[in-house]
Amino acid sequence: MPSNSNGEKASLGLKLGALAGLLFLYVPLLIIFLYAFTTDETTYTFPPPGLTTKWFGVALGRVDLWRALALSMQVAAVATVAALILGTLAAAAVYRSNFFGREAISFMLVLPIALPGIVTGIALRSAIGTIGIPFSFWTIVIGHATFCVVVVYNNVLARFRRTSGSQMEASMDLGANSFQTFFHVVLPNISTALLAGGMLAFALSFDEVIVTTFTAGQQSTLPIWIFSQLTRPRDRPVTNVVAMFVILITFLPIFFAQKISAEASDVEGK
Amino acid sequence: MLTRVSTYLYQRPRLILFLLLGPPMIYFLVVYLGSLIALLLNSFYYLEEFTGLVVREFTLETYGELFTPSNLGIFLRTAGMAAAVTVADALIAFPLAYYIAKFASPRARTWLYIAVTLPLWSSYLVRVYAWKLILAKEGIVSWFFEALRIDFALDWILSIPSIGGSSLSLSPIGMFIAFAYIWLPYMIVPIQTALERVPKSLLEASGDLGAKPAQTFRKIILPLAFPGVVAGSIFTFSLTLGDFIVPQSLGNSRYFIGQAVYAHQGTSGNIPLAAAFTMGPVVIMLAYLLIARKLGAFDAL
Repeated sequence: MPSNSNGEKASLGLKLGALAGLLFLYVPLLIIFLYAFTTDETTYTFPPPGLTTKWFGVALGRVDLWRALALSMQVAAVATVAALILGTLAAAAVYRSNFFGREAISFMLVLPIALPGIVTGIALRSAIGTIGIPFSFWTIVIGHATFCVVVVYNNVLARFRRTSGSQMEASMDLGANSFQTFFHVVLPNISTALLAGGMLAFALSFDEVIVTTFTAGQQSTLPIWIFSQLTRPRDRPVTNVVAMFVILITFLPIFFAQKISAEASDVEGK
Repeated sequence: MLTRVSTYLYQRPRLILFLLLGPPMIYFLVVYLGSLIALLLNSFYYLEEFTGLVVREFTLETYGELFTPSNLGIFLRTAGMAAAVTVADALIAFPLAYYIAKFASPRARTWLYIAVTLPLWSSYLVRVYAWKLILAKEGIVSWFFEALRIDFALDWILSIPSIGGSSLSLSPIGMFIAFAYIWLPYMIVPIQTALERVPKSLLEASGDLGAKPAQTFRKIILPLAFPGVVAGSIFTFSLTLGDFIVPQSLGNSRYFIGQAVYAHQGTSGNIPLAAAFTMGPVVIMLAYLLIARKLGAFDAL
């Protein structure tokens, strides 16, 4: 029976309310899983008239899907690498020195996710249009990197604050130069934070649609493919399969990233 | 060689700071702030109607266009939806956040926290899609109402003029449900954080002084959780204001801000008007943030 440290127990109403919230979050996802197996091709009939696995085969054979998936993966990979580099540099700068405008930097990095996505999207689009750069793979990456940096930055900065500076001083006192200290002391210390931040950044980019609609040209990433199906459903069964696939593929890295962060704060708490 | 570089740098902390800060700052100042400034500039240009070309001359005409009745309607409709979604999310989020913060065992708390944040980070589009399936005319909600033989209730809800529609998946009420669903985690996390910070001693003191649990809840816990609710509302409000995916997927032909921006920049190429439209959410959010700061929401973030 769950109870808090005062020995109070959660009332039945509270437990039901909490359970309702949890079910509300997850039942819709389970319904997508169910629909991935439906035999119904043209509507969203419930209960499904029959169950089949044939749509998985159909989805596997779709070239447009593979192309969209490949593009999404490439964009997410490049945006994540950019975010890892820029986010870590910014975190290191903010951690090690107290300079004028430090707060402003945190604020600026968080803006792309604090402001509505259309603001970032239309801003980038009008800038790209004004300069006259053609929309391409790289314009998508630029858009994604702007909102991925803050994720890495937050993770790495939190880790820096938990690591004691004495380790770095010890390394330097023992004769290591800055580069040796970085590779042998700093990097191992922040490696899991980089891993967690990187996975979150990857998932965020892989999933993004609002900024992408403004910065992509004719290419379609996987979310853009799904969005086109949302407004004009042509391939319902295939979309159901893709939706299930997206849930599975994005939940895994985020799950592990969260586990890493949770364990890191546990270790520190002991 | 490396050691010499290292020593050289070590003696010049300003240079190190400059090297560290340079790349991210150049990227953000040029790409991001540059774009925001370009957006602001664009909102002061206007579209020449005959040529369909953007004229780069300063004018307030484009902002004037925002004040036509139909455009004001778009702002009001979107802000109303954002407010409704915020209230609904606060009500749904509170019990779960309260349970996680005050009653769950440490182990369960970690798992519940992950369960809440998983949907926050991912599958945004797919989670909208789920409601397309659920709310469809032939979908699970209709089936449920028919199975209970209360489908007249559903028909009645759908016949209400401003929130109804031909089916749940093409109506403001359907959008409302989908919005409340996708932004819910953004409300749970700050409320949970605020509740975890309520000191145990305060609750004990309240009990020792003779307050009943319900009184403690109302007089101590609720007021201290309120900044968390406000912090969560920043997200639910801002995200609803700027979204065009949900109205496009589940709405009817009446536009929301996000759709208006999307439509103006797309088919008509009217970037100035689209830019002026986005200033709406920006101004609303700045005002909201100022109020939220007064209410102490930033400490709960």
